[in-house]
Order: sequence, then structure tokens, then C-alpha cells
Amino acid sequence: MMGYVMMSTPIYHGATKAMEPWTPDWSQAAHSMGTTIMAVQYDKGVIMGADSRTSTGAYVANRASDKITCLTDNVYLCRSGSAADSQIISDYVRYFLNQHTIQLGRPATVKTAATLVRELSYQNKSFLEAGLIVGGWDKYDGGSIYAIPLGGTFLKLPFATGGSGSSYLYGFLDQAWREGMTKDEAEALVVKAVSLAMARDSGSGGVVRTVVINEEGVQRNFFAGDKLPRWYEEIPPQNSLLDVNTEVEPMRI
Amino acid sequence: MVMEAPAKGGFRFDLCRRNAMLEKQGAHPPKFLKTGTTIVGLIYKDGVILGADTRATEGSIVADKNCEKIHKLAPNIFCCGAGTAADTENVTDMVSSQLELHRYATGRNSRVVTALTMLKSHLFRYQGHVSAALVLGGYDVTGPHLHAVYPHGSTDTLPFATMGSGSLAAMAMFESRYKEDMTKEEGMELVAAAICSGIFNDLGSGSNVDLCIITKDGLEFLRNYKQPNPRTYVSKRGYSFGKGHTAILSTKIIPLREQVTVVEGDAMVEE
Repeated sequence: MMGYVMMSTPIYHGATKAMEPWTPDWSQAAHSMGTTIMAVQYDKGVIMGADSRTSTGAYVANRASDKITCLTDNVYLCRSGSAADSQIISDYVRYFLNQHTIQLGRPATVKTAATLVRELSYQNKSFLEAGLIVGGWDKYDGGSIYAIPLGGTFLKLPFATGGSGSSYLYGFLDQAWREGMTKDEAEALVVKAVSLAMARDSGSGGVVRTVVINEEGVQRNFFAGDKLPRWYEEIPPQNSLLDVNTEVEPMRI
Repeated sequence: MVMEAPAKGGFRFDLCRRNAMLEKQGAHPPKFLKTGTTIVGLIYKDGVILGADTRATEGSIVADKNCEKIHKLAPNIFCCGAGTAADTENVTDMVSSQLELHRYATGRNSRVVTALTMLKSHLFRYQGHVSAALVLGGYDVTGPHLHAVYPHGSTDTLPFATMGSGSLAAMAMFESRYKEDMTKEEGMELVAAAICSGIFNDLGSGSNVDLCIITKDGLEFLRNYKQPNPRTYVSKRGYSFGKGHTAILSTKIIPLREQVTVVEGDAMVEE
């Protein structure tokens, strides 16, 4: 979702030149993920976070999608861009890593997973539109994060963001990220950052999902949309006014 | 005099130039048969309920007032299709055949994720040109599953899903009334309400409601479960096609008695 789109909706009364029911833009648009995705390194591993909105044009096709996909037991992938392209890349890489793990006899490293993702992204750059972040833990490098944006650039970073909401987080993370945070500090940072981006980016919204990956294993967390911190001008969630109509006070005589 | 071989069927390439000439003169090619459509699916306590309307449109004309949009992929997996009717029909037929062969090869009942992977890999290969948006639902050994499949090959796994031009109207019904672990009656009622919402508020959807309920114990296919658009007026005069209405241009009678000989065969013997 790039920016703000003005839609003028023609309403047909009687005969018009085209004489066809108006086809809405979302029925033709490709399924893309507006998105805010990020990953942050902390002292014992990595934390990956994402929003949950998948949009088709101006319609939210899925308000509770899971953009953090498992590649192996210890490596996860944050997906943004075209939903179809990022899903097919993650399916291929999961398949290759599965074979690789069996042949190698050891868990795959995060670098290997990231290299496979980059190889697919770079070699097919003219057909694909996917911004990806690979994060995980292995015993050689500990927690690592690799950002693979559009085109197939390969960047090893201590923290990374992607998607349309990432524009709002570069400055914030430059200031807020510190080396050697604890798990709770890092998770709080991820939730704060994603909710800030969701507040300002129309392509991001829904809930915040996080995945904590360290030596012990993987832990998935869920933060409901109405429980997130509220920022400037955001009002608290209201009960529907329809509740007023359904609950009728009995008449007392 | 040139003897022309009788046309055996197949694509006639010599007509392409004629079509191009006609188009230049301003004639319009026939439109695709699209299913405007409202299709929905939801997971309830015991399984999956799929629903669809029954209108097929060709531009702004209703081509079929009672088409079937719920296709069978396997005895325990069904799929509703929106988009170009030819694409949904053919892609579901193809995956249905592939799943049957897969069942013979593995000796097991089909799983919904198998159908999902076959559909998404085929649709991705065609980069969205196969215009099929599907709601795939079924009950296999791992439980009930519901997926939404988009023409470009992406999929969503959801507890309730809607697709097609009437999806916004249907989703509004679902968002306000869906709850987890509904009973069969509540589920059927909500699915029918969502389809009716699409039928009455979307121009591309109409006619009747089809339902399909899939559970561990089997399936129930309720064709035309609800018919909220009955034909209210039928002319009492009826139709009459008397002799003389159609002009006869020429008559040719070929007596078959001279061409066909009936021969008494030998009795069938089984050795």
C-alpha cells in the first residue's frame, strides 16, 4: 500500500455507456502485504516481529495473517511484499533446507538459510517482489539477522526492518536499539516499534506477532490489537453503539 | 472445382484474420463467462461449512441463473470457485484428478494441505493469468481446515473466509456474527445469511444459496438450500410454436433402410 489513494466511485443509475456492474479495484489487485516486519538481536538470540494485515488494493483480505514463517526449527523468515512471491520463496527454501539438514546431519545455520533466500531473490529479481528478513540461532554465530530486500541484497545486521511501515522505524530504532538487551527489553522494543508503525502506516494493522529464537528453542507470542500501547491521537477501543439497541431496559410500572 | 475436406473440428486459424478484420470494423468479441460471485466458508464445532451463490455473468448479462460453484476435489474436500468460470472449473477438475491418483499411490485419504499445495503451485506458475479465487475446505485425519486461495498463488488459512465480488458484503456478516465452536444450525444459518447478503447487495451475485457441510462422519451437499429469488410471474398463456412459424428453406430425405443391414449374430458363448 503506497501512500493515500483517492477513489471516485461511479454510481450507475439506469443506462450508461459501459452498462457493466462496476468492478471494484480490490477484485483485480494482487494480494500484497502492506506490512511492518522487523527483527532485533538481543544478548542470547533474536526476536522477530510483524503486524498481521494483508491487503488486496484497499481491502484488508486477511486481518490476522502470520507473516513470520518457519524455515527450520531454529530459523524463521519475516515476509513482506507480494504475498504469493514471498510464500513461494519460503516454501522452496524450507524444502531445500530440509534436504540440506538431512544430508549435513546437523541443524542448518542461519547464514545458509539466508544465502538460499538471497539466491532465489537475486536470480529471479525481475519476476519477484518480496522483501524478506531471515533470523535465527545457531551454535556457531549465536543469534543472527540477515535482511534481504527487493533485488536480493544480502545484509547481516544487528537489527532490521522491512515493509511499508519500516519507513517510520529507521530513526526510532537508530535511537532505541542497544547492544546486549535482555529478552523482555528486546520484546518490548519490538512490540513498541511495530505498534508505532501500525499507527502511522495504512498498510499495517491488526495484531502484533513475535517469535523469540534462542539456544533453548522457539517461543511464539501474540499481542492483541486493542491491548497495544496507544500513541498520539489514538482513542481507546469503544464498545459498539449497537449494544445500546440490543439491551433494552424492562419497563417498570 | 476444389473438393474441400470436411472440417474435423479443432481451432480454425483461417478465421483469425476474419476476426481481426471484424474487430477493426467495430464488432466486439464475446466476453468471458465470469462468476461475479459470493463464496464463503467457515469452521464450526464439528467441521467446515462452505457456501456459494448460483449466478454466472457474462458482462452484465446473467448467463446461468443456477450454476454450481461448489466443486468436489475429494470425498472429504470441497472447493468454492470465484473468477473466470472456465479457470475455476478446469483448475478444480485438474487438482481433483491429481488427488485421486495421489490417493491410489499413497493408499490414504487426501489431506486439505495437499490440495492447497497443488492449487497454489499451479496458480503461481501462471502468475495470476489463471483467474481463479477459491475457498478450499475439508476434513481430513488432522481435523477441519479452511483456506482462501488467490489467483496469484498466495494462500490464507482462516477460521472464516469470503471471496468474490460479494465478499465484502459477506465478510460484514461474518465479522459481526462469527464465534468459535458454533453448532451446525448456527453455522448453516450464518453461512446462508452471508451468501444472501452478497446476493442482495452485489450485482455480480444472485439467485440461490448452495451449502456444503463437511464433517468427520461425511458430507452433506445441499444444492439450492435457500431460494430467495423465485420466479414469481409465469405467463398463463404459455408458449405455442405452431406450424408455419419457422421458414423451411430446403428439404432432403435420405432413406436409411437401403444403407443399414441388420445381421443376426451368433449366440455369445463363454468358454
